[in-house]
Parts: sequence; structure tokens; C-alpha cells
Amino acid sequence: MSTLEIKDLHVSITTEQGTKAILKGVSLTIKTGETHAIMGPNGSGKSTLASTIAGHPRYNVDSGTITLDGEDVLAMTVDQRARAGLFLAMQYPVEIPGVTMTNFLRTAKTAIEGEAPKLRTWTKDVKAAMAQLRIEPEFAERNVNEGFSGGEKKRHEILQLELLHPKFAVLDETDSGLDVDALKVVSEGVNRAIDAGGLGTILITHYTRILRYIKPDFVHVFVDGSIAEQGGPELADRLEAEGYDRYQVAETASA
Amino acid sequence: MTELTQEHATDSKAWSQDFIKGMTEEGESLSEINPESGPLGGSAAKAHSHGGDSHGGGVGVPDSSRAGRLTSYKLADFPAITGREEDWRFTPLKRLRGLDRVGIKGQEINGPAPLVEFSSPDAVSVETVGRDDVRIGSAGIPEDRVAAAAWEHFSEATIVTLPANYEGTIDDITTLTLTGQGDAPAAAHVVIEAKQFATGVVVLDHRGTAVLSENVEVLVGDGANLTVVSIQDWNDDAVHASAQHIKVGRDAKVKHVVINLGGNLLRTTPSARYTSTGGDVEMLGLYFADAGQHLEQRLFVDHSTKHCKSRVTYKGALQGDSAHAVWIGDVLIRAEAEGTDTYELNRNLILTRGARADSVPNLEIETGLIEGAGHASATGRFDDEQLFYLQTRGIEESVARRLVVRGFLNEVIQQIRVPALEERLRESVERELAATPV
Repeated sequence: MSTLEIKDLHVSITTEQGTKAILKGVSLTIKTGETHAIMGPNGSGKSTLASTIAGHPRYNVDSGTITLDGEDVLAMTVDQRARAGLFLAMQYPVEIPGVTMTNFLRTAKTAIEGEAPKLRTWTKDVKAAMAQLRIEPEFAERNVNEGFSGGEKKRHEILQLELLHPKFAVLDETDSGLDVDALKVVSEGVNRAIDAGGLGTILITHYTRILRYIKPDFVHVFVDGSIAEQGGPELADRLEAEGYDRYQVAETASA
Repeated sequence: MTELTQEHATDSKAWSQDFIKGMTEEGESLSEINPESGPLGGSAAKAHSHGGDSHGGGVGVPDSSRAGRLTSYKLADFPAITGREEDWRFTPLKRLRGLDRVGIKGQEINGPAPLVEFSSPDAVSVETVGRDDVRIGSAGIPEDRVAAAAWEHFSEATIVTLPANYEGTIDDITTLTLTGQGDAPAAAHVVIEAKQFATGVVVLDHRGTAVLSENVEVLVGDGANLTVVSIQDWNDDAVHASAQHIKVGRDAKVKHVVINLGGNLLRTTPSARYTSTGGDVEMLGLYFADAGQHLEQRLFVDHSTKHCKSRVTYKGALQGDSAHAVWIGDVLIRAEAEGTDTYELNRNLILTRGARADSVPNLEIETGLIEGAGHASATGRFDDEQLFYLQTRGIEESVARRLVVRGFLNEVIQQIRVPALEERLRESVERELAATPV
């Protein structure tokens, strides 16, 4: 059992207009085996939390801590965090020209495990995981995310989740831009990773739709950089019915 | 002997007859639905060019056709270079260390030529000859002032001959190592000839410190299959202009590879010409520009005979402040070159801020009766987001950078198909990467 603990986290970014505070004191504790949904209107800081956990250089942590089993995550480089067991499925996965998926996956697996995977079992694992996510075999030879559709990119994020076996996965709006069929395929993949055990999941989403397929144990509502409300799955149902209006934010402007 | 190649007159009739079958340009396909008068057909496409600022509107006359460029063995025929010429607009003339000003204000080019050492199979001859050897001047004529200066001033030439019917293997290669003898401007001349039906590999390996203008003549006899690899792995202070003239015989195949790695300023200008039908030219290039390096590659494929083929693939990586790479790919399909099949591609990968790549493919087509003609050029950037993405998968920054560059350049390295060289080039790329400025 591992624990990812976020305590009173304050995060800002530097813009041309000066420093802008985005997270204003976020505290959250996630244990392996738990699934937490983080919901909230646009601009509430959900994705900032995801990027900050992963260590994106754009975000400045002004105060607060993130620890993984007591280890200071904020002191780690981005790749150290990944090797420590953190995984970020990105909202907008990046294209990497010149690097095939096969090469990329093997390099990532080697980096995370500290040794190269056994070729025969690895190839078999990759093929099986691809098939389950309905990814055509030809994608193995294509460059990472290059020319992939939005749905294909998201499926490849989940492919990596399933192959790299992290302790904690942050899924940043993995559902956005997916049609219902793709959403089901992706959700099945996430559920497989959860069912395999030993995974704590932070599911960041704007909509409640994905929560029909992936059942959260806890729901946290972000408003203006802090947690406005939290509870069990019933909170998601209430949000589905009422939206974010009762948090008195002008949704329409940014939606 | 002075020769001013005739500028080809416009003949719009050739265009109204037919479409260019299979012509593609960055995914854009010309098909029969494009009328000759449309933007993709007709005379506008004839002087087709990208990025060249010397090209005008494109209606009718093919302006500044590559065919119209002055060629001469005589330095005096070339005016002084100003840097405004299409041919020189990217080159930092000040860094040529006088190679551009030979004969002006007492500038000489009489430094010691590079020391030539060689290893070769028994059947292949390597000779050192004087200027008067009849074989000199059989493959090409200088096309710029710097090459003409070398032609006029070299004292000895090295001639490599693969005898007729010689069958060399990819492990059985001839290597000339040219070691620079210092920074006094020098001239060098190399002739490589594969006689009829000869097969083999010749490598020119340039190293040391030099300020050198060089002419390389490559003669590919009828039915021959020759691979020439020119490696420029000089010390950081070297300046090297290398005009490589390739003449391809009937049904001959030549693979010409340029590897530009080390040196302050490298300007490599390979040109290929066909003497008969059925010739096949494959030009590959790989360059890696570091901080302060200027690596310039200017290619010319002159299709003047029927049923010949050319393929050009150049890829380069750039890193560091003011690293600059230039790739110009001129392809001319003359009216008489029916059945031509050509495609050229240049890709650049910019690894850090401050590096710059210029990539200009130029395709001039004077007949519609061709198999295919196309080009592609793209410059990508390895940016912070890509790095972040790879790092979130546990991959360290240095490994991430290597992964991307290796994958990118491997496409060219693999096509060289000379095992000993592939290994060395992979190592060279690793070494370049290890020097990544942080």
C-alpha cells in the first residue's frame, strides 16, 4: 500500500502580465486501490494539479508539499517521479517524430523497471494490450502520436498506463474529445489497470459521463483553485443533475 | 574552356499537352482535375520553387533557371562574390577564410593540400597524378568561384579507379583519408572512376584542420554500381568547400552520401548529370550542426536524358547557439528528359533554441512526360513539451534527446548499407549528442 499525499499546495504560473496564482491551498490524500475523481469547471485548476504532480516546468510551487510514501516528490525531476511510480495520462499527448511506438514503449519500460524487459514476453504483452484497446498492430511502427487522431492518442496513453504499471495514475481529461465507443474502450482499459491492483487513480474530468464507466470512490470538486466540496460517488450524481451552478461560477464564459 | 549553359527557352506548348503524372508535393497531388490554367498546372508550375526569394510570379518564363548558371574552369570568369547571389546568400563569406577571394588583393590558395592516405582492395588502383592527367575534367565543370579557384590551383590529384567488371563488396571498401595540413587556404582534387560494370564503395574521410576548396569528380561507367561516401569530420576550426561532380553512365547506379559533422563552415555542393538513359542516382545526406557551425548542402540533379531516376534524402539535426544548416535541392527536368522519376526530401530537427535551418527545394520541370516528380521539406523542433512527455515516462533528458535524434537520423544511416560505416556514424552521432549544450 502506497500513499500520495498533497498538502496545502499553492501553485502559480508566470505570464506576461505577471504571476498568476492557480492552486490556492489544495490538500488531498490518495492510497493505492482508491479512485478519486476531480471535477470542476474550466479554469478551476484541475489540469494544473495534474501537471504539478508530474513536474511540468511551467508551474511554480509556491508552498505546500507532495509526498509519495513520505518521499518529497517536488524535489524529484520529472523522470524520477515517473520511476517512483507516478504516471500522467495527458490531455494533449505530444507527437514525437522519429521515434516509433515500439521503441518508445520499450525505452520507457526499461527506464521505469531499471532493466530491459524480456523481449519475448514484452512483445506478447504489448500486442495483447494493444488488441484490448483496439489499436491496430501497424501503430507499433508509427512514430509516437504522429498523425494519430484524438481518440488514438488517448488510447495510447492508456496503453502506456497498462504496460508501465505505475502506483498512481493521473488521468487528465482522458475522456475529453472521445465519442461513446472510444470512451468505453478507454474506460475498460483504466478499469483493467485498476482491477490489476496496486493502483491509485486520480481521474480529472469536466464531465460526469466517464463516471458511468469508471466508478470513483471519492469525488472532489475544484472551484477557483481549491476544493469546494468533496464526498462519495453520490456527489458526482448530484453534479450530473445540477451542474456547477451552485458553486456560483460563471460557467458559460469559459466553457 | 568556358561554357555558359544555355538558358532554356520557355515552351508552354509542352505544358498544354499533358499533366505531370504522379507529381506530389507535400501531400498535394496533381491529378487530371487540375486544368493547365489552374494554380497547380500550367506555366505557373513550370518555374516551380519554394522559398527562393529570387523567384517571381511564375507566369511564363522560368526565372533564374538552374540551367542558366555559369560554369567554367577559369577563376577569372567568375565575378567576385558579394553574398547577394542566390548561390551564396546563406553562406557567411567572412568565415570562408579567403576561399571566396582567391586572386583578389593578393589572396592565394597555395597552402599544403591535405595528406592523402588510403586503404583499398588489390584490384582498385589509387594514384597521385599531376594536373595534366587526361582523366581530370571528365565529370564536371566548376559552378562557382570557390570551386574554380581550387581547379585552377591544385597541384596534384588523387585518382581512384575501380576496373571494369570489378565486383567489390560492402566489406571490401576503398578509403581515402584526407588529413588537413593547417589553416592556409589549400586546393585539392579527387577523381573516382568506376569503369563499366564495376561495383564498389569508395569513402572520402576528411579530418584534421584545413581551409580547403576541393573538387571531387565521380565517373560512373555504363552499368556500374558505385557508392561514394564523403565524410567531413574535421576539427572545429576547419573550413571546407567541396564541389562534387557526378557523371552517370547508361544504366549505371550511383549512391552518393554526404556526412557533414565537424568543421566551422562546410559547404558541400554535389551535382549529378546523366550521359545516357537508365541512370539511377541516390543522394543521401546526414548533417549535425553544433553551436557556431555552418553546414551548407546544395544539390543539383540535372535530368537531361530519358528514363533516369533520382532520389534525394537529406536529414539534419541542429543544436546550440547559432548552429546553422542550409539545404538547397535543385532538380531540373529538361524538355528532353522524358520518363524522369525524381523525388527529393529534406528534414531538419532542431534540438535547442538558437539553431536555424534553411531548406529550399527547387523543382524545375520542362516536360510533362515524366513518371513522377516531387519534393518534401520540413523542419521540426524538439521542444520542451516533447521532452516533458518522454520524461513523464521515466526517460531521462539525455536519453530522451538521444532517442529522438537516433530515430531521426537512423533513416539515413540505414540506407548507406556499408556496415563498417554505419557503426562509425552511429558513434559519431552519439558523440555529437554527448556534446549537447545545456
